[in-house]
Amino acid sequence: MSGLAIEKISMRFDLPGGGSVQALKDVSLHLKEGELMSVLGPSGCGKTTLLNIVAGFLAPTEGQIVMNGHTVKGPDAERGMVFQQGALFEWMSVRENVGFGPRMKGMPKPEMAGRVDHLLDVVGLQDFKDKAVYELSGGMQQRVALARCLANDPDVILMDEPLGALDALTREKMQSLVLKLWKETGKTIILITHSVEEALLLGERLLVMAPRPGRIHKEYRLPFADLGVGQDLREVKKHPDFAVRREEILAMIWDMEEEIMGRMEGAGA
Amino acid sequence: MIPLLIYVAIFVVSYYVVTKVIHHAARNDYTSLKTVTFGDESAVRPNRTASVISILTLFLLWGMFTGSTLLPKFLHMPGPFEGLATFDYTAQLPDGQRDTATVTVLVHPVDQEVSAPEVDLGDGWAKNDSATIGAWRSGLIRVDQNDEFGRADGAEIVAVNGEQIVPGGSVQTDFGRVGMSPKGTLTFEPAKGWQMEPIWLPAPEAVAARVAEIAREGFRGSTLWEHLGYSLFRVIIGFFFGALVGIPLGYAMGLSDWFRGWFDPIVEFMRPVPPLALIPLVIIWAGIGETGKIILLFLAALWIMAIAARAGVSGVKISKVHAAYSLGASKAQIMRHVIIPNSLPEIFTGARVAMGVCWGTVVAAELVAAEKGAGMMIMVASKFQNTDIVIMGIILIGIIGFGIDMLMRWAERILVPWKGKG
Ligand SMILES: Nc1ncnc2c1ncn2[C@@H]1O[C@H](COP(=O)(O)OP(=O)(O)OP(=O)(O)O)[C@@H](O)[C@H]1O
Ligand SMILES: [Mg+2]
Repeated sequence: MSGLAIEKISMRFDLPGGGSVQALKDVSLHLKEGELMSVLGPSGCGKTTLLNIVAGFLAPTEGQIVMNGHTVKGPDAERGMVFQQGALFEWMSVRENVGFGPRMKGMPKPEMAGRVDHLLDVVGLQDFKDKAVYELSGGMQQRVALARCLANDPDVILMDEPLGALDALTREKMQSLVLKLWKETGKTIILITHSVEEALLLGERLLVMAPRPGRIHKEYRLPFADLGVGQDLREVKKHPDFAVRREEILAMIWDMEEEIMGRMEGAGA
Repeated sequence: MIPLLIYVAIFVVSYYVVTKVIHHAARNDYTSLKTVTFGDESAVRPNRTASVISILTLFLLWGMFTGSTLLPKFLHMPGPFEGLATFDYTAQLPDGQRDTATVTVLVHPVDQEVSAPEVDLGDGWAKNDSATIGAWRSGLIRVDQNDEFGRADGAEIVAVNGEQIVPGGSVQTDFGRVGMSPKGTLTFEPAKGWQMEPIWLPAPEAVAARVAEIAREGFRGSTLWEHLGYSLFRVIIGFFFGALVGIPLGYAMGLSDWFRGWFDPIVEFMRPVPPLALIPLVIIWAGIGETGKIILLFLAALWIMAIAARAGVSGVKISKVHAAYSLGASKAQIMRHVIIPNSLPEIFTGARVAMGVCWGTVVAAELVAAEKGAGMMIMVASKFQNTDIVIMGIILIGIIGFGIDMLMRWAERILVPWKGKG
């Protein structure tokens, strides 16, 4: 079976002071190759935990991840990750960061240099390849992170709020870039975000998660990602369905947040 | 007290002069455009003029209070009285008969041999006296020795310059203080002025001359460079071995729970023990030779380096390690390309601290016992009251310590430019 299958994942963290947190319960879903899924949900509903399990950084207490027919046992180059920020290697230049994966695999130098140059072109950082990463702006750094992930040619790209720390304008440009790369490379992508608009724009599929325990609340199939490829995203936002969906999902998340607050007040009283 | 007042006065005056008079030369770069700078460290850069004036002031005060020949005379603080001092004393016999005579004291620089001035004995039964006393010193003067009626005849001294004096009391004269011992002998203490005696604080040029002399002729059988070189050599060897063992130990402690558990008690216990406290034990075990000193410095550097390396490893952001894993790096590759480079800034900070501690420790160890070395130089000099050598040693030790720190900072900038940029 090709694609990525998340099979009945449950995750419980034991707390140091005794007791435990059920971060995820019975989460199952299947992603076909080349699908782009965005994930939304209130804070603490287990999005990062789920992504870490898929990446192989955490072993679930129950269930398993099956990728292209084999069970995931740990991190692997077939599943690349783009972090929110601060995961670049600041002791390496931009070029060395992007070439990190190929270099670890022992790719011959000329081939590696070609690939790095190409990817830096794609993300528009050709002029900065010999700079130190800490000399770049936040948006540029995230483009380096994206290029570094792509240089390794993974089958699945996992992104945990990759654009969360960027300003609105840079963010919009990066969203277009993600869409473009998705279409051009045909990668399977899971993207966690806190922005409903971003989830709608980028998610071919959109997963809304609910907290305590973390679980799948609702799933959507959306046309906006396909519409947005190569388009001005502001035009996509004018689509009549866009506003409807946005209100619907916002209301859903507000409800969940309110419920959490209510529960906390109840517990406090 | 007076030096402090002068110091504060120079501080305040130069502040006003520099900030008001040279006002138009003020910065007008970006920082001067900031309107809110309180607590913004980047806005507080050292004022170079202040630094220069500060150093000059220290030398000025030093020169003023030591009567340095480098300064024009009018800047000197009043020196000790030198020359002929005179005062009168009045002796009284048991029957109330009084007579007065004059004492002439030649106050001379301490390093000069002089003989007492010739004086006329004068008339009456109390005879004129003469004596010599070194500047900054004081001495007993047996004025009744040459009198016709001495102590044995019941004569006692009752007044100096017409002022009454009793045993234990004193009279101030223009040339200094005349006191009386409990047994009735006069003492004379010439006025000391405000300058420091060379034996406490030699003038700057005396120290400079001593530096030149020792640089030329050496000290105790070794040249100046040998002394300083020995101290430096010990520091470098001790630090080298400390780092050689400490860094791998710190890495092991940062990466393995067994190593961490095993060495934590030792490291945490040794960390707060000042290396100086180990000197006696090291001397007992290894003697006062080179081995003992290098062991001491090794120990001084070891814990600092181990702790720095451990902090460097545990301080790695987990997302960097995760990123490396998902880019296909193996454990060894992550060690080589992520953990080690990530720990270098911490290790450099540790190395700077360790070098500073080692330098301090080596000087202290040489103070205790050594044949050669900067610390030994000042220790031996202090035993012979060679204050100029002591001061020279302190200045050289300071300069070298500062130089080491500058060198480490420079290496840090070149080798780990990403420090603090993660
Ligand atoms: N290492 C851990 N130990 C204990 N509890 C954890 C750990 N990691 C996560 N949790 C708990 O699991 C739950 C889910 O955390 P997670 O970080 O996955 O949330 P999230 O949806 O990513 O939140 P956010 O949107 O704020 O990033 C939270 O209640 C959190 O406290
Ligand atoms: Mg999260």
